[in-house]
Amino acid sequence: MIKSELVLKLSEMNPHLYQRDVEILVNAILDEITDALRRGDRVELRGFGTFSIKERDARQGRNPRTGEKVSVTGKVVPYFKSGKEMRDRLNPKAGAARKS
Amino acid sequence: MAGQTITRADLCEAVYQKLGLSRAESSDLVEAVLREISDTLAKGETVKLSSFGSFVVRQKGERIGRNPKTGVEVPITPRRVLVFKPSNVMKARINGQIVDDED
Repeated sequence: MIKSELVLKLSEMNPHLYQRDVEILVNAILDEITDALRRGDRVELRGFGTFSIKERDARQGRNPRTGEKVSVTGKVVPYFKSGKEMRDRLNPKAGAARKS
Repeated sequence: MAGQTITRADLCEAVYQKLGLSRAESSDLVEAVLREISDTLAKGETVKLSSFGSFVVRQKGERIGRNPKTGVEVPITPRRVLVFKPSNVMKARINGQIVDDED
């Protein structure tokens, strides 16, 4: 499923809204998550999962083709951990065998 | 860096500000979006959100793990896991670079 299909589906479920507004809705949610991560905040959505960031230090890398040394700058990478309810939905009836 | 936690309530507020619907409806809509994404993933289908990232369900085979406390080997059952692959646009934004939206 891609974003436009998600918008279409939600529009069908909410016939009183313009499709344009549903698009604004979906983008507002995604932008809010991205903005939070940019500020260094985490986003916790119970039942779905948690978005957070991890910082990567600058390091000395190598061009794999030439073997040449290159310096890689430090950066921040987004990280997502699925929530318990989501994991349980992906693995139904695994109850007995699993330990978090 | 701040280190606050953003929750559904903050997403609802953002939607409320942008769309001007009632707070109750804004909150229902945020829930509907998350539910639709979760339902799709639960079916094993990938969800690709351009300029944000993709959620992919991966199948993991059985493997042998070890209880880190006791050192006892235990089989880890095959399972499905959800992974998020951030888009380049999101990665750039989080690092404070300005990017054009190409939706």
